[in-house]
Amino acid sequence: MATGTTMTKDAILKVEHLSMKFGGLMAINDFSFEAKRGEITALIGPNGAGKTTVFNCITGFYKPTMGMITLSRENGKEFLLERLRDFEINKVAGVSRTFQNIRLFSGLTVLENLLVAQHNVLMKASGFTVLGLLGLPAYKTAAKEAIEKARYWLELADLIDRADDPAGDLSYGAQRRLEIARAMCTGPELLCLDEPAAGLNPKESLTLNTLLRTIRDGGTSLLLIEHDMSVVMEISDHVVVLEYGQKISDGTPDHVKNDPKVIAAYLGVEDDEVEAIEEKLDEGTV
Amino acid sequence: MAYTTENNQSGLMAKAVKEGVLAGLIAFGMFLLFVGIETYQDINNQLVWRTRWGLLAVFVAIAAIGRFLTVGFIKPHLDARKLAKAKSGVLEISDKKSFFHKHFLKIALVFLLCYPFLAMMIFGRQGSLKYVDNFGIQILIYVMLAWGLNIVVGLAGLLDLGYVAFYAVGAYSYALLSANFGFSFWLLLPMAGILAGFWGIILGFPVLRLRGDYLAIVTLAFGEIIRLVLINWTDVTRGTFGISGIAKASFFGIWSFDVGAANNFNKAWGLPSSSVYYKMFLFYVILALCLITAYVTIRLRRMPIGRAWEALREDEIACRSLGINTVTTKLTAFATGAMFGGFAGSFFAARQGFVSPESFVFLESAVILAIVVLGGMGSLTGIAIAAVVMVGGTELLREMEFLKHIFGPDFTPELYRMLLFGLAMIIVMLFKPRGFVGTREPTAFLKERKAVSGSFTKEGHG
Repeated sequence: MATGTTMTKDAILKVEHLSMKFGGLMAINDFSFEAKRGEITALIGPNGAGKTTVFNCITGFYKPTMGMITLSRENGKEFLLERLRDFEINKVAGVSRTFQNIRLFSGLTVLENLLVAQHNVLMKASGFTVLGLLGLPAYKTAAKEAIEKARYWLELADLIDRADDPAGDLSYGAQRRLEIARAMCTGPELLCLDEPAAGLNPKESLTLNTLLRTIRDGGTSLLLIEHDMSVVMEISDHVVVLEYGQKISDGTPDHVKNDPKVIAAYLGVEDDEVEAIEEKLDEGTV
Repeated sequence: MAYTTENNQSGLMAKAVKEGVLAGLIAFGMFLLFVGIETYQDINNQLVWRTRWGLLAVFVAIAAIGRFLTVGFIKPHLDARKLAKAKSGVLEISDKKSFFHKHFLKIALVFLLCYPFLAMMIFGRQGSLKYVDNFGIQILIYVMLAWGLNIVVGLAGLLDLGYVAFYAVGAYSYALLSANFGFSFWLLLPMAGILAGFWGIILGFPVLRLRGDYLAIVTLAFGEIIRLVLINWTDVTRGTFGISGIAKASFFGIWSFDVGAANNFNKAWGLPSSSVYYKMFLFYVILALCLITAYVTIRLRRMPIGRAWEALREDEIACRSLGINTVTTKLTAFATGAMFGGFAGSFFAARQGFVSPESFVFLESAVILAIVVLGGMGSLTGIAIAAVVMVGGTELLREMEFLKHIFGPDFTPELYRMLLFGLAMIIVMLFKPRGFVGTREPTAFLKERKAVSGSFTKEGHG
């Protein structure tokens, strides 16, 4: 493991009493959880449980109705994500994300996609374009470094041979990997992945697991939404289960796997067990 | 197959005749009232009508014979050629480019540098005036405007229907500041650009929150507002009368092109007095301005800001997730485009010597946008070709005297220029839906620079 992540497993992301209302619908209801630094935290739940809504609140695409989302960076600075503007969540707080329906710049090449991700670093190096236009060497070295960084991630994501092809030309699995590489090129401390294994075949799923572990071991914490239980159980250190906008379980993969409430949510239960579980649910939430 | 070749052949001919007759009938029905009958005022100012069966017959015959030839001969011929090519297994796409193709830009540049002298050698001093001014300068102004708009529409994907507003700001900046304060062209040229860019930012702030169709409509409205202000603010702009007697550009302050001036350029160089030298000078000025626009655009595309513009065109939400401030990115695109519009505007004012709101109507915006779309959004070469075709084509229509022999002595080709403009656009869009140059040059590469096919790039929606 990289330095810094081993000292203490402090929380990098703290979500407290998060609620999100769409008109009359309570999509998220008083949801709290923590993601630890240097860990892979998985957010799971049945369809429509509100996972993506939580994600959109964390990454600034929605403004939560209530609640606090605190991100603490390695240097000790803390940010309240719900107060930042959408692009500042990546630029200032170091949170980057991928999307459930892949959002690449399909008309740009794979390499260009990774260079766009390094926009803020390059902007500064180019003196907000002015110095870069004059052709100062500082920008040239920065541009070279940016390409090297892109090359590093392209190699990790096994895309190096496709670097000069348009991103829209890649296969589905490769597009998923490229989106992760692009998110990593912004140099985040927390990477949020929205269903990274959706639509991948078992082999691609395996390589994805290795890629995610490499990212974690490099010092970036991960938060992921996933349906594919084989991915979740194998790689996550911590699992949070969401149903109808409420947390029903929180713990290690093994703990969650054996939690009757989780089993009930995913598989349904025998008739005689319903009452017992409903009681439990009521205790937990009311 | 059950058919023999002969059967096929006769069947084809029958089909061609049938389709030809059908096309003739449709043409007859369509043109009967438009072309076949003409109304005019006679000597007593009464509206009377007469028939033009001959002209109608020409129209119908063109439609029928054209259709017959297309179905009967051209299409089978093309199909056979395609089939033969597919059978031979040689791909139509070959990597080898002809010499002309490879060095197209250099050849074009050399030609442009020689163009005024060539025109003077071929057509004489007075005869070349038309070629340098109407064709050369006119086309280059549109090239520059289209390249400026290309930054906004082609790179950043923001549909701007009011681009002519910045052209107007540039032109009036030069006209007013030079008339009221006597500043020179070379001082006011950058100033006009900066003022137009400034206007771009002011207009951009409220407008750029909108996306897609809404943005297009609001930019259209802003374009009209500027024009209406120019018409109605008569104290400053003299309204529809316009501002005349705008100072000419000087040769960098060393020589003047005013006839009466002591340091007259023609006198200083011992040239005969003719306005063609001024026009030639202006030609090189606008050529230099165009080259600066192209250079800046090419450089900007390789800067982070240029990449962010293109990323914005591809996917705005992904941009935000990568920490790109989309508002300032859009504003810089808008302002940069506006600045080049301003440069072109001040040049226009200096060349024309007269500006009025008439020059800045919506049609101008539409023509500039049409050039950008026809050329292939984002491609400088394509846009330059489109400007030559579109602007040069309409200028050429004035020269089409021979059309009078076909359509009669009353036919004035200039009046049909918008019709032909539209027709040309439809034809180009049918065969080249992504414009003349649909591919995109990547701004960085690891191993080799491969052009990105137009089918991957997006048009942008905000």
